Amino acid sequence: MKPVLEVDELIQDFGGLRALNEVCLTVHEKEIVALIGPNGAGKTTFFNCITGIYKPTSGDMFLTVEGTRHRLNGRKTYEITALGMARTFQNIRLFSQMTVLENVMVGCHCHTHAGILSALLRDRRTVREEQDTIDRSYELLKTVGLERHWEDTACNLPYGAQRRLEIARAMATNPHMLLLDEPAAGMNPHETRELKELILRLRDEHNLSVLLIEHDMSMVMSLSDRIYVMEYGSPIASGTPEEIRHNPDVIKAYLGESRDA
Amino acid sequence: MDFQYFIELFFGGLTRGSIYALIALGYTLVYGIIGLINFAHGEIYMVGAFTALLVAGLLGYIGFPEGGILIVAALAAIVWTSAYGYTMEKIAYKPLRNAPRLSPLISAIGMSTFLQNYVLLAQTPDFVPFPMLLPEIDGILALFGDVLGPSDFFILVVSFTTMVVLMLWIRYTRMGKAMRATAQNRTMAMLLGIDANHIISVTFIVGSALAALGGVLIASHMGQINFGIGFLAGMKAFTAAVLGGIGSVPGAVVGGLVLGLAESFTTGYVSGNYEDVLSFCLLILILIFRPDGILGKRQVQKV
Amino acid sequence: MKRIFKALLVAVWFMVLCSPIMGLHVNPDNSISFLWERLVALGIGIFFASLVWDWYFSRVQTSAVHMHMPKGVTATLGLFKQKKTRGACLTVLLLFLVAIPFLPVLGSIYQISILISALIYVMLALGLNIVVGLAGQLVLGYAAFYAIGAYTYALLTTYFGFGFWICLPIGGIMTILFGLALGFPVLRLRGDYLAIVTLGFGEIVRLILLNWVGVTGGSHGISNIPKPGLFGMELSLQSNTIYLYYLCLAAVIVTIITISRLKNSRVGLALQALREDEIASEAMGINLTRVKLMAFALSSAWAGFAGVFFAAKTSFVNPASFTFMESAMMLSMVVLGGMGSITGVTLGALILILVPEYLRAFADYRMLLFGATMVLMMIFRPQGLITGERRKYHITALEGREEQA
Repeated sequence: MKPVLEVDELIQDFGGLRALNEVCLTVHEKEIVALIGPNGAGKTTFFNCITGIYKPTSGDMFLTVEGTRHRLNGRKTYEITALGMARTFQNIRLFSQMTVLENVMVGCHCHTHAGILSALLRDRRTVREEQDTIDRSYELLKTVGLERHWEDTACNLPYGAQRRLEIARAMATNPHMLLLDEPAAGMNPHETRELKELILRLRDEHNLSVLLIEHDMSMVMSLSDRIYVMEYGSPIASGTPEEIRHNPDVIKAYLGESRDA
Repeated sequence: MDFQYFIELFFGGLTRGSIYALIALGYTLVYGIIGLINFAHGEIYMVGAFTALLVAGLLGYIGFPEGGILIVAALAAIVWTSAYGYTMEKIAYKPLRNAPRLSPLISAIGMSTFLQNYVLLAQTPDFVPFPMLLPEIDGILALFGDVLGPSDFFILVVSFTTMVVLMLWIRYTRMGKAMRATAQNRTMAMLLGIDANHIISVTFIVGSALAALGGVLIASHMGQINFGIGFLAGMKAFTAAVLGGIGSVPGAVVGGLVLGLAESFTTGYVSGNYEDVLSFCLLILILIFRPDGILGKRQVQKV
Repeated sequence: MKRIFKALLVAVWFMVLCSPIMGLHVNPDNSISFLWERLVALGIGIFFASLVWDWYFSRVQTSAVHMHMPKGVTATLGLFKQKKTRGACLTVLLLFLVAIPFLPVLGSIYQISILISALIYVMLALGLNIVVGLAGQLVLGYAAFYAIGAYTYALLTTYFGFGFWICLPIGGIMTILFGLALGFPVLRLRGDYLAIVTLGFGEIVRLILLNWVGVTGGSHGISNIPKPGLFGMELSLQSNTIYLYYLCLAAVIVTIITISRLKNSRVGLALQALREDEIASEAMGINLTRVKLMAFALSSAWAGFAGVFFAAKTSFVNPASFTFMESAMMLSMVVLGGMGSITGVTLGALILILVPEYLRAFADYRMLLFGATMVLMMIFRPQGLITGERRKYHITALEGREEQA
């Protein structure tokens, strides 16, 4: 298995506070990896670092796409997205006043080209590109089961649907690596089960690698190939769900009293 | 001789700067509490100056004793202007507490335009002479004679006393502490039983009172006012607030003094024509290169 | 009863509040006039306004009802939205606009020049709408770009004798250059800081025009700017004004087409996305700086064009035409019409220019009303007069299925 995302000794300081302490993490092709840890462990900070929103203090980050290994340090967020790593947000960040379809269309931005001039002239190529974008976005909405809501305003969707729309929007950027920040937060067990199936399906259909932050242990344990555990910004364990379940450090730090959680 | 010119410019700048600082405090206080650039703050200052002018005129007309006019007019200006600040917040900002960030800003711009034209229509579009109210203090004059005008000295004393009182008030009183708590985290402060709406009102009242004081002082210093003086003064005070780090109270004072000195020296040594251009350029440069100002804290964007 | 008492209290509060500024006036001879009648009128006005205000907010609290447009307006707009009727409406409107110079009352030079300035403001408001309405970036120094356009024409024609048609693109290019020079460093600033920086820029431009007396003539400005000629023909004042009217009308139509195309394009979508959430749109692969710069440049170009038209219309420019009040006025047009809505902004500009022009009583209170408009719109109808202007998308897959069915 070839690695897609490699992170080596990542350190992020905020003033005197060390939010991430020498975090190393690898995600391989078509692998689903979970990042767990108590609140404030630095999981979202980690996402923000690898997507270029924060500038890490030190450490290396690489993304391998179609055989080429790109160093991510110093790249802008939009460049990283264009390379092939997309994300969703913990506190949903949809374009809430735009329609569901338009939200996904925005995700297609980095793989379309029409500039201002062609927008004004509206030549045939531009019109065709636009129609392709519309159709592709609709297809993506079908994948996440939102096609009936395509004309709705995004903020009127129910919570679970908003999370799925975020995934569809991220998929529109054509990612090789998908980062999901608490995708199941606020979902009921039924929705969570559907979400799990969706993630597996996306992985298979799009050759996707997935890194997700999640608190729902049953989902993490049944979905992920490997798990990384963080506490106070430092990685404390990694391994298969079975190994993590029995790791004494993890039980002490995170799962606490219950052995079967 | 050159040194004396320098000292003259220095004190001129200090005087001007202390007025900027008084107005800048209003921006900074409001920004600290509700994160809004109160665009109409300059107009509040202008309203303060006009109120003082009108009250002084009225007092002079009914033959009020000379010495008392300044105090009564200044007090009236402070009271009325605070009321303006309070009312403005209730009308233009309070209904927008949870609106998108740009809404209160646009509302503030509207308020600023409204107040300017309100004074223009109710009073006059022309410059009106402002009565010489500041006392000339002979004893001090003898000491600083050539370098410090009589009104300069008075402005310096009054504004610095006010600023010290304000800082002590914020530091030690119950209300001041509640204000600082609200500035840090409004939700948390409310959970702890602080009435945030009350605090916001008080902030506007204090800010407006300071602006009114600044208005009275500078109007008697300059000798004439019109409806438009608030715009420029407001911009400069805002520059001062940003220069010192908006949201920081000592920052506003430092920023005001630095700006006043910078302007005074440019006018004295380079040219008077581009004095305003200088402060606007300074404003743009600070916002681009150091938006947190001299004493402000860097903020990490939350995602 | 309680409400009436409260309204009375508010009225008294305002009468006390405004008593010095509205009730007193210092005459030049230092005597004082008391203007009681103004205070009483104010009190009565505030009493009723307060009743309305109170009623509105109690309704919002109990039933969360928003202000609705009157039924007739909604119906007209609905008619406008349907494709067939819209075509007919637009044709009638266009014919009317074209015919204006030949109509009896409206056709006088005076009326036409009012219409020309209204059209220029429509251009300005639509241009500002790109950056404020679509991209959500508050720009307060728009008058500076307007001034740069106007002075480009004024200076080039006085010093080098350049004609209108050469100056029109040059004016646009100049403003684009200034827009890029300003936009590049400042567009990454937070919304409210951007507003202040552009405001500062606007003042700097005005102060330079005012103080650079050797070139710009300072506060005396530049006069005798020629109007555009028609293939070298000399035109009378009457026909020249009519000609300029048609030029402005054409320019406005071009503006509307350009901006609606931009709005519906890939870039337009990106602009609307960044208005909603900058971080999310960057995470979607949008190069924020680039898209913002494009919007900024296009928007300033429009101010430049409008500036050239303005200089041609008045044949005189001076810095007093480009104060902050001007920028605030353009902003209130965008706000009144509805940020991002093309119909709305056009309507907003026409209302704010034509209403004070024809209702003379309002003329003095114009800026006062502009200010009040901005505050009241933000409170009662932040989305502006016209909303819900949404593009229809056609999905190939769906259409196929409908045909089959």
